[in-house]
Amino acid sequence: MDMYGWIQLALFAGLLLALTKPLGVYLASVLDAGGKTFLDPVLQPCEKLLYRLFSIKSQDEQNWQQYAVSLSVFSLVSLLFSYAVLRLQHVLPLNPQGFGPVSPDLAFNTAVSFTTNTNWQSYGGESTLSYFSQMVGLTLHNFVSAAAGIAVATALVRGLSRHSARTIGCFWVDLVRINLYLLLPLSLILAVFLVSQGVVQNFKPYAAAKLLEPHTAVAPAITNIATQTIAQGPMASQVAIKMLGTNGGGFMNANAAHPYENPTPLANFLQMLAIFLIPSSLTYYLGRMVKNQRHGWAVWAAMLLLFLAGLTVCWQAESAGNPRMHALGVNPLGGNMEGKEVRFGIFNSALFATVTTDASCGAVNAMHDSFTPLGGLIPLLNIQLGEVVFGGVGAGLYGMLVFVVLTVFLAGLMVGRTPEYVGKKIEAYDVKMSALAILILILSILGFTAWAVVSNWGLAGLNNQGPHGLSEIIYAYSSATGNNGSAFAGLTTNTPWLNTTLAFAMLFGRFFMIVPILALAGNLAKKKLLPQSEGSFPVTGLTFVVLLVGTILIVGALTFVPVLSLGPVVEHFLMTKSAVVF
Amino acid sequence: MAAKARSLFDTAIMLPAVVDSFRKLNPFSMLKNPVMFVTEVGAGITTAVLFIRSGDEPVGFILQIALWLWFTVLFANFAEAMAEGRGKAQANELRKTRTKTLANRIHENGDIEQVPADQLRKNNMVIISAGEVIPADGEIIEGVATVDESAITGESAPVIREAGGDRSAVTGGTRVLSDRIKVVVTANPGESFLDRMINLVEGAKRQKTPNEIALTILLSALTIIFLVVIMSLKFFGLYSGMSFSITVLVALLVCLIPTTIGGLLSAIGIAGIDRLVQKNVLAMSGRAVEAAGDVDVLLLDKTGTITLGDRQATEFIPAEGVTMQELASAAQLASLADETPEGRSIVVLAKQHGLRGRPIAELPHAQFQPFTAQTRMSGVDIDGRKIRKGAASAVCDFIGKAFPLDVQGALNRISQSGGTPLVVVDGEKALGVIHLKDIVKGGLKDRFDRFRAMGIKTVMITGDNRLTAAAIAAEAGVDDFVAEAKPEDKLALIRREQAEGHLVAMTGDGTNDAPALAQSDVGVAMNTGTQAAKEAGNMVDLDSNPTKLLEIVEIGKQMLITRGALTTFSIANDVAKYFAIIPAMLIGVFPVIAPLNIMGLQSASSAVLSAVIFNALIIIALIPLALRGVQFRPVGAVVMLRRNLLIYGLGGLVVPFAGIKIIDILVNAFHFV
Amino acid sequence: MKDIIKELRTAGLATFFLAIILCCLYPLCVWGLGQLLYPHQADGSLLTEAGAVVGSSLIGQGFIGQEYFHPRPSAAGAGYDAAASGGSNLGPLSKKLLDMAAQRVAAYRHENGLARDALVPADAVTASGSGLDPHISLQNALLQAPRIAQARNISLESVRKKIQEHSEGRDLLVFGEPRVNVLMLNMSLNRTR
Repeated sequence: MDMYGWIQLALFAGLLLALTKPLGVYLASVLDAGGKTFLDPVLQPCEKLLYRLFSIKSQDEQNWQQYAVSLSVFSLVSLLFSYAVLRLQHVLPLNPQGFGPVSPDLAFNTAVSFTTNTNWQSYGGESTLSYFSQMVGLTLHNFVSAAAGIAVATALVRGLSRHSARTIGCFWVDLVRINLYLLLPLSLILAVFLVSQGVVQNFKPYAAAKLLEPHTAVAPAITNIATQTIAQGPMASQVAIKMLGTNGGGFMNANAAHPYENPTPLANFLQMLAIFLIPSSLTYYLGRMVKNQRHGWAVWAAMLLLFLAGLTVCWQAESAGNPRMHALGVNPLGGNMEGKEVRFGIFNSALFATVTTDASCGAVNAMHDSFTPLGGLIPLLNIQLGEVVFGGVGAGLYGMLVFVVLTVFLAGLMVGRTPEYVGKKIEAYDVKMSALAILILILSILGFTAWAVVSNWGLAGLNNQGPHGLSEIIYAYSSATGNNGSAFAGLTTNTPWLNTTLAFAMLFGRFFMIVPILALAGNLAKKKLLPQSEGSFPVTGLTFVVLLVGTILIVGALTFVPVLSLGPVVEHFLMTKSAVVF
Repeated sequence: MAAKARSLFDTAIMLPAVVDSFRKLNPFSMLKNPVMFVTEVGAGITTAVLFIRSGDEPVGFILQIALWLWFTVLFANFAEAMAEGRGKAQANELRKTRTKTLANRIHENGDIEQVPADQLRKNNMVIISAGEVIPADGEIIEGVATVDESAITGESAPVIREAGGDRSAVTGGTRVLSDRIKVVVTANPGESFLDRMINLVEGAKRQKTPNEIALTILLSALTIIFLVVIMSLKFFGLYSGMSFSITVLVALLVCLIPTTIGGLLSAIGIAGIDRLVQKNVLAMSGRAVEAAGDVDVLLLDKTGTITLGDRQATEFIPAEGVTMQELASAAQLASLADETPEGRSIVVLAKQHGLRGRPIAELPHAQFQPFTAQTRMSGVDIDGRKIRKGAASAVCDFIGKAFPLDVQGALNRISQSGGTPLVVVDGEKALGVIHLKDIVKGGLKDRFDRFRAMGIKTVMITGDNRLTAAAIAAEAGVDDFVAEAKPEDKLALIRREQAEGHLVAMTGDGTNDAPALAQSDVGVAMNTGTQAAKEAGNMVDLDSNPTKLLEIVEIGKQMLITRGALTTFSIANDVAKYFAIIPAMLIGVFPVIAPLNIMGLQSASSAVLSAVIFNALIIIALIPLALRGVQFRPVGAVVMLRRNLLIYGLGGLVVPFAGIKIIDILVNAFHFV
Repeated sequence: MKDIIKELRTAGLATFFLAIILCCLYPLCVWGLGQLLYPHQADGSLLTEAGAVVGSSLIGQGFIGQEYFHPRPSAAGAGYDAAASGGSNLGPLSKKLLDMAAQRVAAYRHENGLARDALVPADAVTASGSGLDPHISLQNALLQAPRIAQARNISLESVRKKIQEHSEGRDLLVFGEPRVNVLMLNMSLNRTR
């Protein structure tokens, strides 16, 4: 934990803080169907054209059921579209390597994974997918699933800020505006910057390099190596949105650890910032909409606190390294470098791992599977807490708001009133929907994992045994249900059983969350906005921040204490206090 | 009246409560409380394990776990039974006031027959004469009477009840002291306010309040979550090469689900209603008590609520040619036998003018004329003088001629300033005017300030003109006032406040208050008020003290706070329980996790047992808190939240660590494991 | 039913038209700008020698000869397979990982003539996440320097100078870690031969 780490952390948090307000203000006009932005002259004609093509009117609003139907139907149609693209990639253009069709279960898993903003990689990008599949089949979802997440969060915030309203906005309008005014311009800027740093953007076949020193490799098999085939492709455009949209699906198998996807520490820094950028601004948008900017900042502060806590543990654990390795003569000062890149080192790997799992991004610049037990516990726990620390675009905010609703309900009674959140009474229906959203997450994670750890198909994919094997499986279903997409990647998941169960976990985690959230939004919108007074539950200030953090940790973490004890915690003690190997 | 706070562990209540806790074990009645139902099922399972035991778990251990799980359920039942018992005891004391009386029922044909009171039905007519007990709740349709309501209100001074107007309601169990009245019965036996209140505290008919429903949903969700956690843990154990026993899994489950709040939830609600009854307020529903906590606008009638119901003499204004001394003396004489607060205040004022007090005994030959509802005057016939004081119109009728101009001028001036003038006459001669003024009750300003800090707005309603209203409003420290209010203005004001999202509480007694009482979120009808008012409101104040509204709001808040505090405490407890049980479960296969046993519990089984025992005992330990309610301080939400969080949140984290450790020491000291 | 058909139609249209904007126009835009502004980077930062592509400055390459700096162990394919990136994904208690590490430590000490108990740099015996890490730490490079000097029969000083020349500091002085690009360093060694 060196000085440079602290400086980079300060820069990271400082820049995030500085960008939150400007982008938050901009978001407010993007998310208002009639809002004005400086991009109107360029994008408005395009926006109007799209509305005409879809035959909708921008001022038409939907109630929550209609909103949910539109979102679900769109997700289903676009899912089938991507499934078709993947299955037919051998007959579609831009396939210089001549890849065959993707297998049905893998195509299903991948299409579901991108539709749900998970971007789980059962596939290895450069060895499975054509440029067309990546650019069209996957990138489409990088944009639209991110937009859908932001749309749901917006709908919920509208529910909070409207007084006795029936509608919560129009899904199609939100979809179009978020993509055109927010994601597209930001992606374009970031993509061009990434190209400058070395991220490739071309449609050429894989480059063949004549090795400087042709040699024979002995492991895993004796191989004569004289050339190096270097994968290429339209990568920058996809990497930019994969970060901004907290998708995380890599163009390459190694994701953001790959030097083409993440060539320099500077590119790495901006990619991490891109992950948090929109989720962070959404808290400002929340404050603005509920006319309580200090509340927006309080939510932001709670997120920052959880982020810093997680990062500190992860960074510390990775810096301390693996004592078993040190015993072999490896320099302990280097920390745990297995699965990490030299250019990023310990700090940027720990930071990336924390950021990518705080958010539901799931891109990785180091292999979480090879983290120390406590270092790996943090990404896992972050996902299990519901990725509410800034979180996925939109998904982070609405997940956090579910916790806020629960916090307000649990502690709100303690001020002697029916719990109320920014002027909305929290009643039985709201509690029911919030509890449902959390319940389903837990049911999916623990249920699928419990099934897998006693089944042959679950155990067959393990790359590690003992507690670490349990961690691999619980990580997989946590990541799928939480729509994260990162993995303890040693688990070989490209099998029909795992592909299918993980796909269902992703679907549950996405849509069984979104529907209760929209129901909550609709119900909140219907309510009167109560005037705020000295007697109202305080949703600003230190007390609230501490309370919110406490609720997240207690309600969220208590659920997973037993399984985490059997996985990373036991592994930690085994690593430090025994000589056991697996 | 039953308004005495009884000792918490009164044996007369405790013993039946113990019996009731067993009766409540019936699983069908447990179903309405999912948390405790799961606990009971857990207790059942461990008991079954005892008989079909497999593996090497010691019988003693299983037996103790099973026993403590049963205790957990019983303790929760006991809490509920205690609260119900206390409520019933309150109600029974009220009921005692209704002795088996006979009623004089009037037949349609006019005949009068004697029937037992419990045979009276709604709309029956009864005649009640002086000395008789009123057989049922009803409304006077004919006559005027003084009634002793001390059985209900505890106030010894008799009150006047008369047909028509806003003081026409009579309550069963009270006694007529003078005159004879004809009353129409307004409630069937078993449907009176008292009966409804009794139903409210009795388990079977109790409806959950909205907040209680929402909280039950959350507690159920937590219970389901922990069920999933525990069931999946069995599989994770299998993967890790350990077979967790059913006993330990059930023990962990019961420790994790929120049994503390689950067990005390209904007791808290009943106790809230009970506390209201202690204040002599009958709530018609638990919902109303809860709403009282949410109220943020109080509509307060000026008279009786903000000012003393009776005005006080502040000034004597002699007529031309009459000295101050003469007027004061006459006023004093006229008021000597007047025991009303107004009369007493005149005597006090006269004393300030240098007149010494004159005990009635000193005037054996004086003939006092008491105040009556008909004459609206009081006075004395002494030494041939007929001294009277009373309202201008009544006195005017008495002397049979108009007052001199200067007296008339004084009358007008006093009326315009919002005061009430009384005229004093000696025979036909007007001696002068007494100025009666509204006196703002002591301590109200402070109280309103505290309400303001809690975010509650107070609005004074008065029929007075703006000037007077403004002066009193400023003196009392209310936030707002409505002057020259007509009864329909109250309704309009409530609607307006509600449209802005406020919850409004008010008191009322008149029939014309009924629409407003019905519209308000908390409508407290005065027991002295009309039947219509009582039907419209959702609470009845037996003392008919409008200021009680403030206490009602505090009781409502206190109930909500108690619920929130115990919920927070219950959930925070889980942290320590994990630290007790998880290491105990894993240490067999993974001895390396010993450092996680931060409490240093002595063995795996003593750790599990201690956690279960703590979980059961904490319910008993918190029963007094649940019944009494947490301490309430009228402060802003921020301060209140911080304070309660420190006590119940932080306390909930810390207390079980100490508690489990102590129990573990005891369990080992006595070789229970 | 009619509503659902209408929704399906809108969804279909939205998928199609958004795909045109987001999946065709946008990547082409980035491609155009990339080719215009940063053609070298956009095409993979490829290194050529005598007109032939010999690698990319961003992608690591395997070296085993004594006269070359050795990169980190790689778990990509058979080692540095730039069409199959990936890490070992072995956990901290993996027997395989610890066995491999023991072997690598022994080999590193042996080939670089280090003492039996000399500490070995962490990056020298651990596989990177991508399996294509082009860098090693400065400390790692300096420990290998004597071997290269001996094998190439040049002065240790000149090797160290080479290392200095090809070591990259932190980006903008703060971001990331100091590092040495192995392929570039080895190419530059070859050029001076």
